[in-house]
Amino acid sequence: MMLAMLSEAWMAMWANRLRTILTMLGMVIGVAAVILMLAVGQGAQQQVQDSIASMGSNLFIILSGSTTSGGMRMGGGASPTLTVEDAQAMEELPLVAAVAPSSPGTAQLVYGPNNWSTQVIGTTPSYLAVRDWRLSSGMPFTESDIRAATRVALLGQTVAQNLFGDDNPVNKTIRIKNSPYLVLGVLAPKGQSLDGRDQDDTVLVPVTTAQRKLFGSQFAGTVRFIMAQAESADSMPQVEKSINELLRQRHRIREGMDNDFTVRNLTAMANTAADTTKIMSLMLGAIASISLLVGGIGIMNIMLVSVTERTREIGIRMAIGARGKDILLQFLLEAIIISVIGCFIGVLLGVGGAYAVGGMTGMTVVVTISSIVTAFIVAAGVGIFFGWYPARKASMMRPIEALRFQ
Amino acid sequence: MTKAVIKIERLCKDYITDAGTVPVLHDISFAVAPGEFVATMGPSGSGKSTFMNILGCLDVATSGSYFLNDRDVGHQSRDELARLRNEVIGFVFQGFNLLPRANLEDNVALPLIYRGISRSERLAQAKTMLEKVGLGKYHRSHPNQISGGQQQRVAIARALVNHPKLLLADEPTGNLDTHTSREIMALFNELNKRDGITIVLITHEPDIAAYAQRLVRLADGRVVYDGPVEQAIQAGPAA
Repeated sequence: MMLAMLSEAWMAMWANRLRTILTMLGMVIGVAAVILMLAVGQGAQQQVQDSIASMGSNLFIILSGSTTSGGMRMGGGASPTLTVEDAQAMEELPLVAAVAPSSPGTAQLVYGPNNWSTQVIGTTPSYLAVRDWRLSSGMPFTESDIRAATRVALLGQTVAQNLFGDDNPVNKTIRIKNSPYLVLGVLAPKGQSLDGRDQDDTVLVPVTTAQRKLFGSQFAGTVRFIMAQAESADSMPQVEKSINELLRQRHRIREGMDNDFTVRNLTAMANTAADTTKIMSLMLGAIASISLLVGGIGIMNIMLVSVTERTREIGIRMAIGARGKDILLQFLLEAIIISVIGCFIGVLLGVGGAYAVGGMTGMTVVVTISSIVTAFIVAAGVGIFFGWYPARKASMMRPIEALRFQ
Repeated sequence: MTKAVIKIERLCKDYITDAGTVPVLHDISFAVAPGEFVATMGPSGSGKSTFMNILGCLDVATSGSYFLNDRDVGHQSRDELARLRNEVIGFVFQGFNLLPRANLEDNVALPLIYRGISRSERLAQAKTMLEKVGLGKYHRSHPNQISGGQQQRVAIARALVNHPKLLLADEPTGNLDTHTSREIMALFNELNKRDGITIVLITHEPDIAAYAQRLVRLADGRVVYDGPVEQAIQAGPAA
């Protein structure tokens, strides 16, 4: 019975090929748009999430200097007030996973005929843990390198490529500001940061080496900033509070006085960026859904025309024994076939289009099974929803009136 | 005593229009025994088409009773009426009413779809019926490729495919020339005589009515004559 109805529906659609295809096109475009937009939106989301993950999770950055200091307001980092000892004390705080004091500066690097100017960060081994940064080859430096202020370095991917090309930099000696440094390892690639900087264009050296031998601070033992990682996202407010208390105590800041440091929650800032892209991807999806809706209305429109046009056929069918539900099923099946086939083509086009856009623009596109399944179910639902009314109209006709229709 | 195929008592039909209620059929009582061949005649507006639609379960009476094959048609749901049209009645129309885009065997097989019969069985039965009306070799043709007489034969094959007790024909020769009309009427005659199918047809041509055994003449919604066809035809249209 169902099979017979399917072939009846198919026959009717075949008889009106062009109209069927045009109706289907509405569906195809709707579904393809939804899938494409979801893929682009989710791609953007993924990109932001990757950048956040590359930054490290549950991060605070503590900047030296004060933003508000008495009558005169100074920018962050204006006066070097943070020390390696501050960092060590912070490490003792509960719920703090890792702390890395950082002393960045710019220096010229030379290896053989190649030279490269880059950011050199003096830090401790826990910097790698805080930033969730692995080595792609070699070994990290250790606490003993910190104590002895040895001339060792870890190269970022960009630096390694510029100085060594395809050669392995590990255990080679480079010159930083004309002093020799042994390359202990190469950092794994991290890509761009949220603000678009190349995170791989950097070199890590022991913080003591940077302070004493490389940049030579006039305030011995101070660092520009300290990165601290909380154990979990939930503990972040408490960690922020205890860092503030600890540093105020260590810096002997009296009640009512401004801090001489700034604690920033990097993860919260990153999450804002993530939320923004999420809203963007939702909006893209919503706009695409409208085209799906328009496609559905197209189906309803054509089905209504078709029902009117085929009133006589409906009358004949009823006269020879078709029940209302037989007529309903026939027209409903037509709508469903149109939307399912349209949806299928739409999925192919949408997925293909998403990868084409990804390939041509270099954007990250993410096509998920769930977005395909959702588009499919919604499209079939649209077909049933918009096919129902015309089909019902057909099934409610009175046989003699339908037969008399010219 | 064989039971009646059609038994109508005090049947009335009114149409409700904007101008008010228009009575079409008054107080008709009528019965058809199995195997009868009845012609219905009457001038335009006499209500014969309405009468036929009610007999064919396409329309329902305003009052009175109609028993088809001992079933009270007046108290059936829409679905039950569809079932009666499908299984008990075969309907032949003046305008053939074939589906233009389906080929002949699909047209003939159409009523079988609504009985849930498999496709191969449907096509086999449709082919048998097409052979019976002399169109077996045209089973793949489409209605617009054959003549009007042939189309009416296809329509008759479609009406017969469910082996109905009753064949209703509303001016089956109205769109056909004299020669073809005779062929169609010969086919009706054969179905009635050989297969014992009960036939009720509407016509306005006396020589078509002459093929039947019994004539019912309607005027202004009333039965004005019900008797053997020979007398009526001899007596002329005024009878």
